[in-house]
Amino acid sequence: MKILVAVKRVIDYNVQIRVKEDNTGVVTENVKMSTNPPDDNAIEEAVKIKESGKATEVVAVSVGEEKAQETVRKALAVGADRGILIKADGILEPLAVSKLLQKIVEKEKPDLVFMGKQAIDDDCNQTGQMLSAMLNWPQATFASKIEIKDKKLEVTREIDEGLETIEINIPAIVTCDLRLNEPRYASLPNIMKAKKKPIEQLNASDLGVDTSPRIEQIKVEEPPKRKAGIKVKSVAELVQKLKNEAKVI
Amino acid sequence: MSVLLIAEHNNKELKSFTLNAVTAASQMDSDLHAVIIGNNCGDAAKKLSELPLVKKVIQVEAAHYENFVAENFAPVIVKLAENYSHVVCSANTFGKNLMPRIAAALDTSQVSDIIKVISADTFLRPIYAGNAFATVKSKDPKKCITIRPTSFDPCESSGGSAPIEKAEPSEEFNSTKFVKREEIKSDRPELGTARVVVSGGRGMQSGDNFKLITSVADKLNAAIGASRAAVDAGYISNDHQVGQTGKVVVPDLYIAIGISGAIQHLAGMKESKVIVAINKDGEAPIFSVADYGLEADLFEALPQFIEELNKLNTIQK
Repeated sequence: MKILVAVKRVIDYNVQIRVKEDNTGVVTENVKMSTNPPDDNAIEEAVKIKESGKATEVVAVSVGEEKAQETVRKALAVGADRGILIKADGILEPLAVSKLLQKIVEKEKPDLVFMGKQAIDDDCNQTGQMLSAMLNWPQATFASKIEIKDKKLEVTREIDEGLETIEINIPAIVTCDLRLNEPRYASLPNIMKAKKKPIEQLNASDLGVDTSPRIEQIKVEEPPKRKAGIKVKSVAELVQKLKNEAKVI
Repeated sequence: MSVLLIAEHNNKELKSFTLNAVTAASQMDSDLHAVIIGNNCGDAAKKLSELPLVKKVIQVEAAHYENFVAENFAPVIVKLAENYSHVVCSANTFGKNLMPRIAAALDTSQVSDIIKVISADTFLRPIYAGNAFATVKSKDPKKCITIRPTSFDPCESSGGSAPIEKAEPSEEFNSTKFVKREEIKSDRPELGTARVVVSGGRGMQSGDNFKLITSVADKLNAAIGASRAAVDAGYISNDHQVGQTGKVVVPDLYIAIGISGAIQHLAGMKESKVIVAINKDGEAPIFSVADYGLEADLFEALPQFIEELNKLNTIQK
């Protein structure tokens, strides 16, 4: 079994982002970049499945600028066997990314495609579902548990009401929740080894996909600031304020 | 052209957020139709037809719609979408799972999780966990939009009498089978719609200590929330998580106890009307969004808080 894992390079989740002064986006120059957090869970799960003997190859793929190679390299350092980088510049909408991934799926013929449930930059939560629709494959989104049963997967999904379990036939798409597993850190020897693993580079245009945005970003602004509140000295004062000033209890 | 709203329901009743989604959809175009897909969902369809903003209800029924599997739902909606300029539903796990499948089939770039309708093609949406707001204009001929329910008021729920039309179901998608759903039952208000939310964080130190949160919540008829740190530490189940990867809540009163205020938590609660923070670390970022901050050891403050609330005895139920 072969698992393809899609990973995205985003601003590190610990960075407090800043909006550009001309309101065209957020500042990405000289900002720490990392793998989108749930994509780390996706890689971890694929590597675990390979370690259990149920998969033979894990391929990491990323779409983005040249530097997204670092994100692919990180996936290789935690256990992916080889990488693919589809180079594309500018804003990439999930629809375009899904079309590019569809081309890679057609070429690589994986049994499973894993990725994070959502990217923490554009917060779209679309790519896995779109790819699944394009391939007419089953989808298991927001997965917090995956069990492989012969040619099927049993997946526990996190939904608003609690948990849902579905059974899907392979080939399938799974989008991973943060609670699926605990991603490992790359060891130094594995980081060194990853440098020798192959990364195939392609251009989005060579795959015959038009990646030009369909959504015009008119402006990006800071959200309205909450005005600073006060500190109270005691519980009694707090309760008094909530009752008489804020009138919420 | 008109707007097609996808109703969320449990085959008997409409989910409350459908009312918020109707409000949002009606701001895109007043010719608003709603589709309800399910199994024996006639009662819910009737309730949908009573919403005054809904001009027509389309009801699609089949056994394979019983459990809301997106692979079964999408083809029906894609077919209906021929007649509409917009397809809209809530950005909760139902809509997040479903809408991109529809958008991909329509070759539309979906606009996710909008918080404001500026015009029929222009919307405001949070990005970077709400740390920036983007104004975006969809250039696709058909728009696929998911809306953040807490950003729109619920619509009127009675007085309308829209006609209910039946539409043909699509074939079953055989590669996905529903197995089970474990819903967390509670007598408390639902986290997403509660007027008061009391949340605990890593500062609670154990699952057992969450009883203190429960006691406060009991006094205020509140829903119980938690930070991701508390959920990950196993103090409480994940359906209580408030934040970027959990639920976004906008209660009248949000009480954060032992929560430092990580960016990802703030994204889920900072639009609350009144925020209270109780934390022994005076430098904790939660204080920067709190209207009332109390720098105190929560294990001393909470018993006092419960006692003060007992004295008040004016709790709105």
